[in-house]
Amino acid sequence: MEQQEITLMKGNEAIAHAAIRCGCDGYFGYPITPQSEILETLTKLKPWETTGMVVVQAESETASINMLYGGGGTGKRVMTSSSSPGVALMQEGFAYMAGAEIPGLIVNVQRGGPGLGTIQPSQGDYFQATRGGGNGDYEVIVLAPSSVQEMADFVDLAFELSFRWRTPAMILSDGVIGQMMEKVVLPPFKARRTDEEVISQCPWASTGRTPGRQRNVITSLELDPAVMERHNLHLQEKYAKIRASEVRYEESLTDDAEYLIVAFGSAARIAQKAISEMRREGIRVGLLRPITLWPFPAERIAQLADGVKGILSFEINAGQMVQDIRIAVEGRTPVAHYGKMGGIVPTPEEVASSLKSLLMR
Amino acid sequence: MENNPIISPENVVYQKPALMNDNHMHYCPGCSHGVVHKLVAEVIEEMGMADKAVGVSPVGCAVFAYNYIDIDWQEAAHGRAPAIATAIKRLWPDRLVFTYQGDGDLACIGTAESIHALNRGENITIIFINNAIYGMTGGQMAPTTLMGMKTSTCPYGRQADLHGFPLKFADIAAQLEGTCYVTRQSVHTVAAIRRAKKAIRQAFENSMNQRGSSLVEIVSTCSSGWKMTPVEANKWMEENMHPFYPLGDLKNTVADKAPQQK
Repeated sequence: MEQQEITLMKGNEAIAHAAIRCGCDGYFGYPITPQSEILETLTKLKPWETTGMVVVQAESETASINMLYGGGGTGKRVMTSSSSPGVALMQEGFAYMAGAEIPGLIVNVQRGGPGLGTIQPSQGDYFQATRGGGNGDYEVIVLAPSSVQEMADFVDLAFELSFRWRTPAMILSDGVIGQMMEKVVLPPFKARRTDEEVISQCPWASTGRTPGRQRNVITSLELDPAVMERHNLHLQEKYAKIRASEVRYEESLTDDAEYLIVAFGSAARIAQKAISEMRREGIRVGLLRPITLWPFPAERIAQLADGVKGILSFEINAGQMVQDIRIAVEGRTPVAHYGKMGGIVPTPEEVASSLKSLLMR
Repeated sequence: MENNPIISPENVVYQKPALMNDNHMHYCPGCSHGVVHKLVAEVIEEMGMADKAVGVSPVGCAVFAYNYIDIDWQEAAHGRAPAIATAIKRLWPDRLVFTYQGDGDLACIGTAESIHALNRGENITIIFINNAIYGMTGGQMAPTTLMGMKTSTCPYGRQADLHGFPLKFADIAAQLEGTCYVTRQSVHTVAAIRRAKKAIRQAFENSMNQRGSSLVEIVSTCSSGWKMTPVEANKWMEENMHPFYPLGDLKNTVADKAPQQK
């Protein structure tokens, strides 16, 4: 048994270390606060001298996402990272990747908006991540880490999901998780796939013509309406399968809960603390933490809704995920939202008192 | 067969490159794209790179380039081909990676990606079709539209106060440290086609020899967009485009020659 190495590092650094360790072939990114440590850590670690991973500082987020399209289109494990306004700029590329069925990982370490907004943390990009700003009918798999450990663990998971379904996957983090330091056990080293492995595992990739397959063209373009509709139906079938099989969430203290808090990422950490305080006061509150924001754990939330007096959606935004909860709950129980904006991170006390005032009247 | 015994492999003097398939081309009669496609296909074939080539097609008339040349392709978002090519070449250094872009794609919406890929010295080739107009969308003004030239969005002719000036992109590219070879060619005569083919070959060899970025501009006609017959378009190009976009090498550090015009 290999001994576990426990290290102390920032969430952003954990992403960089995990990328190198999980066989990532290429990183393409543009600096933006609060996630620049990802590119900085990668360039400091020089993985091109060890694993052969390519690291490119692109001229813009527009270029980064298109480098992802290019690299992913050849079947390589490629990733980019950015923060909210930069991810806004990448939206076009997500639609192209989804349309052309190209895998790739995007990390969004969220900051407050709209526009240039603030460099302080926020969860204001829930809609941007789960609704998408690109054109057409497409989805992006979205994972929401709530610890530095999950920042490290989700890199490989996101790549696995992205390649399993040939669709882009996102790690939706925020400035809190990106910047805070925690203990982390980095994933074990996994070798990058050889070119031959990439070619055999990704027979759809444009790696140069290969005997035994037709030549490959990576494109999202099709002018024949019948063919384009067939392609869209294929995508929708794929999304239905992802909804059916890839929902991930974590529950705590829901067995006897009278009230339920739904929170993801850093908000879930704050909610956990608020719940222990309320439990001390005798209020039985439970937590459901969606790990996949898309696909959303709607079914489980609907089940829990039947047994509670109310659900609080706690998000560090004006109320975005609360819409998905309401769709899931379909009026079975009251659903309220609490959150703050502008880069302000609420305290556990504020969460507890908002639950009391919004749901226990 | 018995009535035409001279049709045999050893008697072939000219044939379509094997990499050009029989798909019906969507290009207009007289368009330069068909000739340039043929040159690209011939060079890939002659270099023995058919199984190692990955092309990146643009948005514009050449969006469907992948339909005609039988290699692996990626179809880019508008202007982003050099970013896509950057990633492919970085991840697969032994592949022949090139983009094929028009003036709107390369020198307008994709200016940043083009300049930065060239300036990083990516080992890629950009084939740049400059016909001074947006052909695919029906003949609008391009960054390279000449002064006074009429298009559907400058119907009274391009004028400086309204539209600014035509962009000599190859001249900019030649100033960049990352480029090893920048040349401007045309395909209006047999001699010019031969020179253009040589330029494409030189550029592709530079890419494979890790010499840096190469840009091959082909000053081209758009008889539909220009509203001329193919013959008139060729003549108009020689009289108007070539004086403003003079043919020849703008930079060739590989041949270790001083830049020369014509």
